[in-house]
This record gives sequence, C-alpha cells and structure tokens, in this order.
Amino acid sequence: MLNTSDILETIRMIQDECLDIRTITMGISLLDCCTGDMSTLCDRVYDKITHCAEHLVATGEQIEAEYGIPIINKRISITPAAIMLAATNGGDPVQLARTLQRAAETTGVNFIGGFSALVHKGFSAGDRELIRAIPQAMAETTRLCSSVNVGSTKAGINMDAVAMMGKVIREAAVLTADAQCMGPAKLVVLCNAPEDNPFMAGAFHGVGEPDCEVHVGVSGPGVVRAAIEKYPDATFDELADIIKRTAFKITRMGQLVGTRASKMLGVPFGIVDLSLAPTPAIGDSVAHILEGMGLSVCGMHGTTAALALLNDAVKKGGVMASSSVGGLSGAFIPVSEDAGMIAAAESGVLSIEKLEAMTAVCSVGLDMIVLPGDTPASTISAIIADEAAIGMVNNKTTAVRVIPAIGKQSGESLEFGGLFGSGPVMAVRNESAEAFIARGGRIPAPMHSIRN
Amino acid sequence: MKAVITVIGHDTVGILHRVSGICSVNNANIIEVTQSVLQDLFAMFMLVDISKLDGDFSNLSNQLTALGEEMGLSIHTMHEDIFNSMHRI
Repeated sequence: MLNTSDILETIRMIQDECLDIRTITMGISLLDCCTGDMSTLCDRVYDKITHCAEHLVATGEQIEAEYGIPIINKRISITPAAIMLAATNGGDPVQLARTLQRAAETTGVNFIGGFSALVHKGFSAGDRELIRAIPQAMAETTRLCSSVNVGSTKAGINMDAVAMMGKVIREAAVLTADAQCMGPAKLVVLCNAPEDNPFMAGAFHGVGEPDCEVHVGVSGPGVVRAAIEKYPDATFDELADIIKRTAFKITRMGQLVGTRASKMLGVPFGIVDLSLAPTPAIGDSVAHILEGMGLSVCGMHGTTAALALLNDAVKKGGVMASSSVGGLSGAFIPVSEDAGMIAAAESGVLSIEKLEAMTAVCSVGLDMIVLPGDTPASTISAIIADEAAIGMVNNKTTAVRVIPAIGKQSGESLEFGGLFGSGPVMAVRNESAEAFIARGGRIPAPMHSIRN
Repeated sequence: MKAVITVIGHDTVGILHRVSGICSVNNANIIEVTQSVLQDLFAMFMLVDISKLDGDFSNLSNQLTALGEEMGLSIHTMHEDIFNSMHRI
C-alpha cells in the first residue's frame, strides 16, 4: 500500500496549493499544407488541425478524471504561419487567422499559437505580410496567439523588426481598445524563441519538430510557496534543495500526464515544460514565493537574487524527473497574471526597470505589463530592444508582452479576466527613443555566439 | 490497474459500507483498506483493482464524489500511477 502521508501530500497540493497541469499542447506541423492559393491553404490547414487534434480535448478530460489532477488548458501550436504564407501568391493573412480561430473552436481548445514569424536575421517572403496582419488578426480572433522572434544569440537583433513590432503592438491595442486592449495580450515578441514551447502566447511548432507531438506544461507556484513556508529558518542552500525536491514531484506528474496523453493520442511525446506559471488566483503566485523567502515586497532589492535561486532550483529539480525537459522551464513573472505582482506593482515597489533586471535570471521576460495609453511605438520598440539584448547576450529566451492601455494613465488598470488577470498601468520613461529606433539595421551577435 | 480512494471527514455510521457498496456495484475489487479515526476526523485510504470495472473510471469517480457531497465528506478517486510517479523513483 502507498504511504498515506504521500497520498495526503498529493491531494493537498492539488486541493489547497493550486497544483495543476497548466496545459496539454499538441504541436502540429502544417508544412504539408503549403500551396499557392490562400483559400486552398486555409482549407488544408483547417482539415489537418481538426483531424490531428480531434480527440485532444476529450483525452485531456479523461486524464483529468483518471488522475484527479486539473488540466486547465488544452492548446495547439502550429508551424509559424509566415512560413506557409511564403508559398501563397497574395491573399489576406487575416483569412488564415480566421481559419485558425475556427479550427480552435471546432476542436474545443482554449488557444492556438503560431501566427508567428521568425525574423531574427532578416525578413523572407511572407514575414512582413504576416507581421502587418497581426493587429487585425488579434482583433478578429479570441483564441489565436501570435509571436515574432526578433533576435537570437547566433544572429543578433533585427532592429527593423523591433521597430515594426512597436507599431504593431500599439495598433493591436488601438484596434481592441473597446475590449480592454486585449489584442497585444495575445502577442509576444521573443529573442531566442524555443521551438517546443507549450505556453502561450509564444507557442509555435518549430520546423525541426516531428509532424505531430504532444507537450505538457506543468505549474505549481503555490506548492513551492507552501514548501518553503515550512522552513522559515532554512539557509539558501537548504532552500534550493527544498525547491528542487518540490519541482521534482511536480515534474514527475507532468511526465506521467504527457506519456499517458501521448499513448492515448497515438503521437510522440515532446517535452515537459516545468514552468512555475502563476494565475491571478490566491495562492498561485510567483511573487509570493519570493516574498516567502523573506522579501517584504516583490520588486525590492534582493528580488533578482531570490528569483535566480528559484529559477535555477526549479530547473535542477525538474530535469531529473522527465525524459525530456524543454520549452521555457523556469519561473514566469507576468504582472497581470500574478496576484503578488499586481499588488507589488500597485504599491509602486515593482517597476519596469526591476522587472527587466529580473528577466535576466527568470525563464522568460517582460510579461503582461500594462503601459500608459500614450506610450509611443518607439518607446515600446526600445523596451523590446533592451529585452532582446538581455536574451541575446545571456544566451536565454527573453520576451516582451506589453499592453498599451489606450486612453488610460498611471493609477488606472485593465481587466482582462480569466488566466490573463488584471494589470495596473505601470510608468515608463518619457524620453524619446525615436532617433535610436529609426536607425534600423541589425545589432550584431555577441562574440560568444561564435562557438564552432 | 489500481486506484486509490481517499475519504476524509467527520466520522459517521456507514462510511465504509457506502463506499464499498459503490465499489461493488462498479465491480472494483477492494485490495486493501487503511482507516483511522483521530478525535472526530475519519480518514480512510482504499486501494481498489479497476482492471475489470463495469463502465468507465469516471462513473466510479463521479458516484464516489456525489456520495462525498451527500455525506459531507471529501472523497477523491485517483489512479495509483499519480502517487507512484510523484513519490517513488
């Protein structure tokens, strides 16, 4: 018989500490759908997605019932759409976006990611068309997510793309101004984007991946918080050990769910992404883990060190527990999706500058940050450039998902609802970045990118 | 294939009877039961064989959850693999 305290620990993690599988994400290659005609492409894309993911939601629900573990989202990631657009002779990319939304509705998934372009070294056919279509695509769909990779350690930073994305984010916000500026909340600008990421908004199915596979994204900030709370006097090395042990257990659960889903769906198992992904729910906050380590408010001096320890310990604990760890794996620090971050931002302790420093040691980047509505596109581009530089030089993924709150200023907020939460408008520097961003071109890759 | 049924709540007459009744109806064979009552708190852990279940696992699970709600108990029915994977290497 199993140890009763182990049984109770698992049940407590799920019931009281918000442990869940955040997502089962099916990656689907759409390369075989490419064709010259946009309407034919859309038909093929719809047919392939609805065929591959026909049983995805039902499978997720069955696993949820069997193991008694909540699976919050079922999602799909696809081949970056710009690659498919390269083959079409004209046509409106928004038509493809509508098709993807329809496929998501038919299969019943919560999100579909991959309205994406990879332009870290330059633009190829289809890239500019897709990027220009993003604002309208985000305005017309609710389940579609978009991402653009503008930099990498190997290639440097495409500053033309950075300049473009500042404008695209603003335009996406303007087009959805009557819907809490929701457009840019589904759009992320990346540097060193992983090709097997199950988390939105940056999920896409890389060209090196198999035809179809299934990934799992686990979560569990509440479990880590509860674990460290039991040891208020632990030293940092002891704390790291406690987090590692907890991350190990969480990841083992993700591995179990992933292998089960892979078997039931008859597709290869991809990766477990062992990210601590917060939700606005009480007890599901990464900021509260950092505060549990002894910080009085997330964002104060010491926050970066605490996050560095957390991020590293999560990876070390998780990597032993899974046959294949991938995606982003670490700790997410979205502001609007984390009750502790929201409170810290509202109190004025957590600033964008501190968040930027934190992104040098967390698994992703500036995430779900609400900006004043009059923030110029060039300032948004400058924020993206800073963040991409951190990613490029430190050989890690960084991202920017900021939402200009059209018509709003500091002291106001946006209410997205659901997993997206709500975010207070955070102050940005007012000095103009126009001249800097207008230069264009490419920031060269750092010296240590030359490894061969 | 085995599942673990966990029952926690205030002690009352007939808990074991009602839970095992549902197992019997669904053809889930009870392999092992561990039970304790600390003051008023009843805790029971039941290992059942679900390889010859009549109907879906979710039927058994839903019936037990409904019983829990009726009796004011917290009843969880989970596949044993989740505990094995989290707590055993």
